[in-house]
Amino acid sequence: MRITVNGQVREVEADLRTTLLDLLREHLGLTGAKKGCDHGQCGACTVLVDGRRINSCLSLAVMHEGDEVVTIEGLGTPDHLSPLQAAFLHHDGFQCGYCTPGQICSATAMLEEVAKGWASHVSGDLDRIELDDMEIRERMSGNICRCSAYPTIVAAIREVADAERLAEAAE
Amino acid sequence: MKPFDYARAATVEEALAAGADGGRYIAGGTNLVDLMKLQVETPAKLVDISRLALDAVEQIDGGGVRIGALAPNSDLAAHPLIRTHYPMLSRALLAGASAQLRNKASVGGNLLQRTRCYYFYETAAACNKREPGSGCDAIGGFNRIHAVLGASASCIATHPSDMAVALRALDAIVVTALPEGGERRIALGDLYRLPGDTPEIETNLKPGELITAIELSAPPPGRQLYRKVRDRASYAFALVSVASAIAVENGVITSARLAFGGLAPMPWRSAEAEAALVGRPAGTEAFEAAADALLNEAQGYGHNDFKIVLARRTLIACLRDLTA
Repeated sequence: MRITVNGQVREVEADLRTTLLDLLREHLGLTGAKKGCDHGQCGACTVLVDGRRINSCLSLAVMHEGDEVVTIEGLGTPDHLSPLQAAFLHHDGFQCGYCTPGQICSATAMLEEVAKGWASHVSGDLDRIELDDMEIRERMSGNICRCSAYPTIVAAIREVADAERLAEAAE
Repeated sequence: MKPFDYARAATVEEALAAGADGGRYIAGGTNLVDLMKLQVETPAKLVDISRLALDAVEQIDGGGVRIGALAPNSDLAAHPLIRTHYPMLSRALLAGASAQLRNKASVGGNLLQRTRCYYFYETAAACNKREPGSGCDAIGGFNRIHAVLGASASCIATHPSDMAVALRALDAIVVTALPEGGERRIALGDLYRLPGDTPEIETNLKPGELITAIELSAPPPGRQLYRKVRDRASYAFALVSVASAIAVENGVITSARLAFGGLAPMPWRSAEAEAALVGRPAGTEAFEAAADALLNEAQGYGHNDFKIVLARRTLIACLRDLTA
């Protein structure tokens, strides 16, 4: 099958049973996305498919033929970190780091969802969103951190969300 | 995971042909792939319907909305027609799963997702739904999350969907396509079957029948609400949930829709509870009568006895908020 990963077209041959997560890790050597629970409960495997965050462990690779996948490796490089990658470093948004790639991919898409005006379970008004800490926590509830670094994860996301809002206001 | 064949359908006709041939439809896959990993589900052939053009959400005659069966849960929750006219549906969708899962989960798949009963998931346990005739380890086992309404001596599993509860309160119609040609329109309440002594048969869909859309008629009068009570603040299945629309004129309830999640093997509607409200002054007496009507045949199995009390309190709190 053919699949675009981090901007590169890749040709891969794999068993039909291969999940997108296993395709990325075992066939393409992209070990950033992590296998935590392998049942869609922890979020460590979160990647972006056509711009949307999904659990790559619950998706068959073959169903993604022709799709564009972005993993943590595609969001930034050590020399050119994405804003969220830099903010996680700045706020120490992790301890062991195992959930971090999933957290950052998830937060990247989450900010896009907010920009599109998508409400969440805790939004008081379905048509107007104030991205406070409760909102960030609810929207990130599909990503578990076993070290419980939640306060600094929220702070890192908050920093990027606020910076984006300021940039928009300046425009 | 057991090996399987795979076919990607380019058209509904192609899907139906493969479905008639014993293929199992897969869209988002968030539930089915998980169950396949555990070998609770072992389909011989998957028919990938995820690329069919069935994801539109559009207004229909009579002030209703037609929702394509492949509309992702997250897009449906955010759709202006839904959040403006059917806020209980947006709220139910947003109360379900996580953002990642809602991005993949389809409307049709959400309706057909399987129970989260621990014994259904554990292949070493007895489960009449997974293996007919093997028994039910939930009865007499750990049954905190199980049904108090509509269960049977062979199965006490609950239906896990939030979305389906709101759709039940909204009198949704399920539109399907049949392999032999033509379509069927099934009231959501008639889509599901109670377990009886065949809990492995969960719906009245025929072999190969494909859900193509959900239709909603014009929104019910009054205010709408979806409230979900669960073990943690986010990303957990309902212990009890209530989808409701209540209209009040001059202090008297003129219209009531009540559907419940977490209590039964299917999204539960209580005509008796609705009848206990309509025509009566909005107040504690009517609310308690509705709770009595809902729960008078409720039966606990030990660990889930608390759900009967919780359902009563949640319903009364919802009615109080909706009529305040």
